[in-house]
Amino acid sequence: MSSFTPIELMICAAAGLLEDGSTVVVGTGAPCAAAMLAQRTTTQRMTLFFEAGGVGPQLPRMPISVGDSRTFYRAVMATSMADIMATCQRGVIDYTFLGGAQIDRYGNLNSTLIGGTYEKPKVRLPGSGGANDLGSLCWRIMVMTQHDPRRFVEKVDFITTPGYLTGPGAREAAGLPEGTGPYKVITDLAVLGYDDETKRMQVESLHPGVTLADVQAKTGFELLAREPLSTTLPPTAEQLEILRTEVDPHRYVLGRA
Amino acid sequence: MKLPQGQGQGPLFASPDCEQARKALRSRPRAMVPKVMTAAEAVTRFVADGDYLASGGFGGDRIATAPLHEIVRQKKQGLSLAGHTATHDFQILCAGNQTGRGKLLAKVDIAYVIGLEARGLSPHGRRVMESGEVEACEWTNYTLALRFKAAADGVPFTIARTMLGTDTFMHSAAKAIRCPFTGQVVAALPALWPDVAVIHVHEADPLGNCRIRGTSVADYDLARAAKKVIVTCERLIPEDEIRRDPTHTVIPFFCVDAVCEVPFGSYPGNMPYEYFSDEEHLKQWLDAERDPAGHLRFLEHYVFGARDFAEYLERCGGLRRLQELRRQEVFP
Repeated sequence: MSSFTPIELMICAAAGLLEDGSTVVVGTGAPCAAAMLAQRTTTQRMTLFFEAGGVGPQLPRMPISVGDSRTFYRAVMATSMADIMATCQRGVIDYTFLGGAQIDRYGNLNSTLIGGTYEKPKVRLPGSGGANDLGSLCWRIMVMTQHDPRRFVEKVDFITTPGYLTGPGAREAAGLPEGTGPYKVITDLAVLGYDDETKRMQVESLHPGVTLADVQAKTGFELLAREPLSTTLPPTAEQLEILRTEVDPHRYVLGRA
Repeated sequence: MKLPQGQGQGPLFASPDCEQARKALRSRPRAMVPKVMTAAEAVTRFVADGDYLASGGFGGDRIATAPLHEIVRQKKQGLSLAGHTATHDFQILCAGNQTGRGKLLAKVDIAYVIGLEARGLSPHGRRVMESGEVEACEWTNYTLALRFKAAADGVPFTIARTMLGTDTFMHSAAKAIRCPFTGQVVAALPALWPDVAVIHVHEADPLGNCRIRGTSVADYDLARAAKKVIVTCERLIPEDEIRRDPTHTVIPFFCVDAVCEVPFGSYPGNMPYEYFSDEEHLKQWLDAERDPAGHLRFLEHYVFGARDFAEYLERCGGLRRLQELRRQEVFP
């Protein structure tokens, strides 16, 4: 078995969760790498969407903006942002990848502010962008992030993007489309999902060499664990080869970790 | 029926009154006449202090850099902004806040500001937004796009199934309503008619008929929603060329008040099929912002003290640099 870095494992694990024939809205960075890797290995018939209007590009390299011309390079359509979001609202988009500065047990995400008041925040962050829309309207929300207690918090400072809000039924009660919501969280320690009953975050597989106690120690709220817990499959040699030579040869994502 | 949640408490920065908008649009000149002018003239004529401004494109992709610089150079004051993925365009406008030139931005409808996507956060953008001197209201990329669409349709509001249940919603000016047909809860979004929009396109004729290649982002609706539109184009083309193939017209002349020919007009942003973004210059800009004094020197050199956009391009490396960016775009 060849050696690999935590970010490589995260990208390969995320790629492995995507289904062939599906549709996915991606952003820049690691999620884009995961989608590109999946397309080159297991999901050749998966279609990528970018929120500014790119549909089905054959990405020549990783975009730097979700609206730059690479997001519709050799694409099947270059359309509008509202058309992409409406496609999500119609129920046609299976997956989306989101990020944030904070996430709680229900998968609610904060990318708006940290500390202070709304009028005078201690740290002002960009805000929703398209995240709230994608997190409201796509079927399954995936998050890739470093596992850190400052990120995995008891209570997010601001719910920018809806997870399961306050628990079972809360999304539907608020008016969000039925059956949508957080699906997986892929970190440098584990792959997490959500308990069907409680909608709380649960550990599903531990990365090789990581214990449940390690994951809990880096999480600011009490985690559930699925029984039996599995071990995350390590990247295959083929995945690593394609990731390093085709997906991210300039190490934009791989070099950052 | 009781609604399961509170209502958006954020401020409305522009009136969603469609009767008011019809009257404003009725009084706008729409004769089929040439309207070619410089970006400086267009900004002098069509951007007033206190206006609600919207910037086309996607932050650092197909942006109208020349009029944005001109708005800063002419020290426009007290503007409101539609910040839908406002990245480098926001960074340019922030140069008019906390730099000893008064207060350019007074109010911002925020879907996305401060950040430059994968490039990082703008230190000066943070200083401006964390100071409390800019009034904010939260939205999302889709809801801002839909607010333009409602305005383009000439109706006072539209609906969507997004934002509901979140703090983003509570800090927006959206309202939760029940669908009169199904009883489902939806978010009502007020139409947004900006006073003025700046939009960069690939080709325009002197009358203002415009062609855009690649993604249109929200510009189809924005051009129809704004009460005044300043268009900059990579190339002026003859009216005959527009008439030869009208399928490609995305913005018609009667939605346009000024046409400015600005080659490389999205620089340092990306222009699809023309040139890629200048990542080195954008990094330099972000780095310069770390130190306020250094940032001022940077802005003096590239924006405040540059005569016009052509001089800015020369200071950024001129034709040699642009040729490299063209190569990056065409051979990715």
